[in-house]
Amino acid sequence: MAKEFKIEPLKVWDDFKKYREKYYRDYLEAKDNGGIRWAGSAWAFDAVPAGLGEDVYPLTGEPYGATVAFFKDFSLQALEAAERKGVARDLCGYLRNYWGSIILDKYVLADGTIVEGFPKPDFNYTIHICCTHAKWYHRAGELEGGIPTYAVDISVGPGYLLDDKKIDYVVRQLNDSIEWMEKVTGREYDDELLIKAVYAEADSMTTWAKICKLNQNVPAPLEEKSMFTLYALLVLHRADPRVAELYHKLYEETQDRVKRGIGAISNEQFRFLTDNPPPWAFLNIYRYMEREYGAVSLGSIYTFGLEGAWLGMDEKGERWIWEPAPTPEEAGVEITNREEALRWTAEYNLRYRPGWQHPYSHKIRKLETLQMIRDWKADALIMHINRGCELWALSELEVRDYLVKHGIPVATYESNMADPRDFDEARTWNVIDSFMESLGRKKLSKQ
Amino acid sequence: MAEAVEQKEYWRWPETIWVDESKNWHDAEVISCGIDLGSVSTQTVIMTDGELYAYSNLRTGSSSLDSTERALNAVLEKIGDMKREDIHYIVGTGYGRVSIPFANKTITEIACHGRGAVYIYGNTVRTILDMGGQDLKAIKVDSRGKVVNFLMNDKCAAGTGRGIEVMADLLSIPITEVGPLSLKVDEDPEPVSTTCVVFAKSEVLGLMRKGWPKEKILAAFFRAMASRVVELLERVGVEPDFAITGGISKNVGMVKRIEKMLGVKALEPKIDPQTAGAIGAALFGRALYIKSQKK
Ligand code: SF4
Repeated sequence: MAKEFKIEPLKVWDDFKKYREKYYRDYLEAKDNGGIRWAGSAWAFDAVPAGLGEDVYPLTGEPYGATVAFFKDFSLQALEAAERKGVARDLCGYLRNYWGSIILDKYVLADGTIVEGFPKPDFNYTIHICCTHAKWYHRAGELEGGIPTYAVDISVGPGYLLDDKKIDYVVRQLNDSIEWMEKVTGREYDDELLIKAVYAEADSMTTWAKICKLNQNVPAPLEEKSMFTLYALLVLHRADPRVAELYHKLYEETQDRVKRGIGAISNEQFRFLTDNPPPWAFLNIYRYMEREYGAVSLGSIYTFGLEGAWLGMDEKGERWIWEPAPTPEEAGVEITNREEALRWTAEYNLRYRPGWQHPYSHKIRKLETLQMIRDWKADALIMHINRGCELWALSELEVRDYLVKHGIPVATYESNMADPRDFDEARTWNVIDSFMESLGRKKLSKQ
Repeated sequence: MAEAVEQKEYWRWPETIWVDESKNWHDAEVISCGIDLGSVSTQTVIMTDGELYAYSNLRTGSSSLDSTERALNAVLEKIGDMKREDIHYIVGTGYGRVSIPFANKTITEIACHGRGAVYIYGNTVRTILDMGGQDLKAIKVDSRGKVVNFLMNDKCAAGTGRGIEVMADLLSIPITEVGPLSLKVDEDPEPVSTTCVVFAKSEVLGLMRKGWPKEKILAAFFRAMASRVVELLERVGVEPDFAITGGISKNVGMVKRIEKMLGVKALEPKIDPQTAGAIGAALFGRALYIKSQKK
């Protein structure tokens, strides 16, 4: 008889949901009180525009694209609208939903309410690492009738090979971008607000890493489907001190769950990891795994590493270390001026974001994934061969082969994080059931 | 007045219905049925006490329900005096298995193919390549046909029945002839440069314009498709004995090239290998029926 674990709903759950709802609304209503809107990648240096004032509201593109994708009917309209404008179907799924939303001139709120009129930003501010980012906002700016756009090139190589020259290259762009923002908004830049945001950013990202690490426990206190809601604030506005505060609350609560043996699911008997953005419109895969197999998804290099800050590759580039990266306070660093703040945020992001490490080499991603399987005591990995994101798709199959060589069972299914038309329900269940059968796992409902 | 030009359907593969006339199903204790509802074809197998008795292999229509009804009725009609109620247990499998309302149970096609392949080829088979209408599966099994590892290639027509149907139509050669014809070259030419069927189609049009003979075009096409299949197989690792199931196992042009690239010969089937999934389903059906009787 499998062990039964106690489960409890998360107390902070509603706070996270409310923040996200308010975020999309705040962006929509920013102009009512003379605020500033900016849009850009969830990987943009979120702390930098914060220096423009306390009434500055971002809209990050990837989570917005995922939100559109979640509401299948609207997503279909958006994707088709983009395709009618000649956008190819193999481009980034988020981008196509985002552009489609602009073309339709409709904006979707977190609860699925569709608002007429896509709220235009005052400027686009993004980074560039995959072949999409800069072009995404360049074109979005054009579709919006000429919105100024700034992209910071961050493609300087993985963190463990970082040197001063590379950091200088990014810091120079950040400095330049501040002057540019002042020009396009007519506002004076406040370095104190920047410093506060840089501290908050590191606080949010490192605390998230600490929370993810708690999932190494048995039973896992959190499961990945809920973690998609919980990590969302990092991709929305991690440099907001209120976000950092919420992550502290979540960290405390998760620690308490571990102490009291509270599980994410009551019947944990199989632990698995995933590896990529999921097909957002079909998250029922996770509930199916729980219900039918007592299988808990512990997380992924995506959920943990998109916005969590981790030590990553060791100095020699031989081993991946899943330990939270230090915040300025933990590193004994005091940030007192703009230069120090920009240098900190540049180095911290370039060095400690897993998502900015593994695109450079399949070797990094292999070591990173295998280490995660070991540290989180996972039985298997279920890999989403994701047609929607060119960057996260890099090295997928090399990783699959590497894990199999190391005796880790891996299942693969094809889909698209943000294009519901690419999800094939019958095939996906087929893969999952066959995979579990091959591991000798019987459906709980059939026992 | 323009005259309608007759449009020949070169892609159309022959449907089959077969009954073992040497047996009398009335003698059997357990009659089990497996239905493999695929995206392109539907197989229905009737087994008497775990032995193949009858099957049909028909094209899947636009309605899953109609296709399964049609496939089951066709085989019952051919048998003559067997009624649906005479069947003790029906297992549905394949892409559309959830749409078989009269199945007692559904089982994944990977499990059924494993089991069915061992029935067809014997218990020495360890690696199975299933080349179906719209996907490819590389399956590793143990001696009882239990799946120990597998990989699927979906959403890509390379190496699948659909891809070959497209080429048969384009070259105006009946689908049953494309395989043998492709072997009528002294040496395989370079493969077409892409494994994507859509792009391969435009490349083939170019080759036709250049005046390449059809056998050479087919050889170039099958070589590319076979390399795609071999890539999948190598990912799971080919352990002998090796067997091929699914409709494309009947395409000698594909099979020979896969064997050559792998350096492994595929086992010769004793039974139509397209029925492997349905056979596996019928065998599961028999076991499940016996189990239910013991309760
Ligand atoms: S392709 Fe992937 S990494 Fe690039 S913008 Fe889209 S989601 Fe981001």
